[in-house]
Amino acid sequence: MNRSFFPALPALVLLFFFFLFPVVRMLGFSLEGGSLDWYAKALGEGLYLRVFWNTFEIALLVTLFCLLLGYPLGFLMATTTPLWATVGFIFVLLPLWTSVLVRTYAWMVLLGRNGVFNRTLIDAGIITDPIPLLHNFTGVLIGMVHVLLPYMVLPVYGAVRRLDPAIVAAAEGLGASNWRIFWRIYLPLTLNGIFAGAVIVFVLSLGFFITPALLGGGRVIMIAVLIEQQVRETLNWPFAAALSAVLLVATFAVYALAQRFTRTEPAT
Amino acid sequence: MASGGVEGSAELRIDGAAKRFGEVAALDGVSLQVARGELLTILGPSGSGKTTLLKVVAGFEKPDAGSVKIDGVEITALPPARRDIGMVFQNYALFPHLTVERNVAFPLEMRNVTKAEIARRVAEALALVELAGYEQRLPRQLSGGQQQRVALARAIVFNPRLLLLDEPFGALDRKLRETMQLEVRRLQRRLGLTTIFITHDQEEALVLSDRIAVMNKGTIQQIATTTEIYERPANDFVADFVGESNIFHGTMSGTGVVTLEGGRQLRVSTSAVPGKRVGVLMRPERFASGGINAFAGEVVESVYLGTSFKLRLACEDGLELLVRQPARGELPAPGARATFGIDPDAIHVF
Repeated sequence: MNRSFFPALPALVLLFFFFLFPVVRMLGFSLEGGSLDWYAKALGEGLYLRVFWNTFEIALLVTLFCLLLGYPLGFLMATTTPLWATVGFIFVLLPLWTSVLVRTYAWMVLLGRNGVFNRTLIDAGIITDPIPLLHNFTGVLIGMVHVLLPYMVLPVYGAVRRLDPAIVAAAEGLGASNWRIFWRIYLPLTLNGIFAGAVIVFVLSLGFFITPALLGGGRVIMIAVLIEQQVRETLNWPFAAALSAVLLVATFAVYALAQRFTRTEPAT
Repeated sequence: MASGGVEGSAELRIDGAAKRFGEVAALDGVSLQVARGELLTILGPSGSGKTTLLKVVAGFEKPDAGSVKIDGVEITALPPARRDIGMVFQNYALFPHLTVERNVAFPLEMRNVTKAEIARRVAEALALVELAGYEQRLPRQLSGGQQQRVALARAIVFNPRLLLLDEPFGALDRKLRETMQLEVRRLQRRLGLTTIFITHDQEEALVLSDRIAVMNKGTIQQIATTTEIYERPANDFVADFVGESNIFHGTMSGTGVVTLEGGRQLRVSTSAVPGKRVGVLMRPERFASGGINAFAGEVVESVYLGTSFKLRLACEDGLELLVRQPARGELPAPGARATFGIDPDAIHVF
C-alpha cells in the first residue's frame, strides 16, 4: 500500500477506542471464566431461541412491507416531475431527521386504545370496540416500517435514476407496453437497488431497540430488548454480552450472504 | 426481411411540424417527405432541431402543430410502442441485463411472435449483421462496433416500416466508423428500408445519403441530393456547414459578372439578372494555378494533409481565400506569393 493512511488516522483512532475496544471487551465478558456456558444458554434454551426467531421474523416482515411500500414510492419519485419528486423527498426525509423517540411516541398517540385511529373508527361507527394496535406485534411492525421506510426508498430511487432513459425509450419504441417495460426493464435493472435497500432495512431491524421496546410494551421481545433487560434488570452482563455476540455474528452473516449475492448479479 | 423487405417499408410524410420549448422554437414548421426505400439524412449542428424532429417521428415528442404520416396514415398521436419504427440510439441503448439473442428477440416477444419464429428471425438478423456465434454474450462483453450491430439487428428484426438512426457512429473510432457507415448503407439498400439518419457530421451525410435535409434553428434550410447540397447550396448556412468553402457577397453587375463587396469583379456562369444581390461560393479544391478569375496574394498559412495542400491566401484587396491543391512538389511556405484562378463554371451563385 503506497497511499498514506495518515488522513484517516483520527477516524481510525476513534473507531479503535470507541468501537473495536468495547466490542472486544464485550466478547471478553461473554467468555467469563473461559467457558462457553453463556453461549450454550443463549443458543440452547427454547425461550431465547424464540426471541432470536421472533427478531428474524419481525425483521423479515418489516423488510417485506418496506419493499412493498418503498419500491413504488421510490420508483414514482424517480420518474415523476422534479416538483413532485421534491415533495416526495420532503415526506421521506422529514421523518428521517426527526428523533426515533419522538416518532415512536407519536405512533403511541395514534395507535393506542383511545388513540386517533380507534377514536376515529369508533366515532364513524365502523367499529364498536377498539382494535388492539399498541403493545403487540402489529404496533411494532407499523412503527418499524415507518422508521425504516426511507432506507428502502432512497436506494430504489437511486437505482431507478441511474437507469439510462434511452433504454426505457428503446423498449417503448420496440413495442413494449408500460406494464412490460416495468417487468422486463425497470425491475431487473433496479434489483441491485432493491437488494441494497432490503439488506439495510433487514440488518437495521435485527438490532432495533426503541421502537419495539415502546410499541411492543414488553410483550414483543426482540433481541435488543432482551439484551437491555439483561443489562438493566437482571444485571447479567456476561449473558447480555453473549446475546450481543450472537446478534453481531448473525448480522455479519446476513451481510456477507448479501454481498455474495450482489457480486454474482450482472452489473447495470 | 430476407425476402427483400421492401413491401414492409413505408413512405413518410411530415407536414408543418412545430415544437416549442419555452422561448425556443425547436421545430419551426418542418415539412419533408421520405420515399419508400430512401435514406434521408437530417444534417445540422447541435440545437438545430434535428433530434426533436427524430423524436416527433418516433413518437417520443408530440408536436405542437403539424402531422406525421406513414403511407398516408396519420400517426401523430400514436404512442411509440405502436408505430412499428426501428430505432438505433446514440449509445445503442441495449438492454444490459439481456444477452445479444434476447436483445434482438425483444421486439418480437413484444409482438407475441411464436418461439420458433423468434429463433429463426433472430438468427437471420444476427447473420445479417455478421454476429452469428455471439448469441449468448452480454452487451458489456462486446466491442463498440459489435454493440452497434446488435442495436441494428434489434431495430430491423421486426420488419419496421421505418428505420431511424440517431448519430449511431459518434462513439466509434474513425476506421470503424467508416466500415460501419458502408455496412449500414449496404444493409439499408438490401432490405429496401426507408431510413432517416441524424448526424452533425457533414462528411458522414455525404457518404450515406440519397438526399440530405440541412437543418438550422428549427427549419430546413435545403433538402436535396448530396451533390446538389455540395455543389449548389441554397444559402450561406448550407454552403458554410457542408464542406470547406469561400463565401462572398456581391451584386450582379452585368450578365455573368458579379461585383463583390470591395470592388473585385468575378466572371460567373449564372442566369441571375443584373442588379441582384447574390452570394458566391467557391470550393477550395476548385482553384487552379493562374488562369481566369485570378486571385494573387501572399500565402499566410500552409498545411500538408497527405493527399493535398491546404493554403490560406491573403489577396491585395483584403480578401482571404482557402485553397486546396493536390500535394505535388514543395509545400508553399508562408510568405510565398501565389496566384490562383477559378473557372466561372466552378463558382456557385445563390
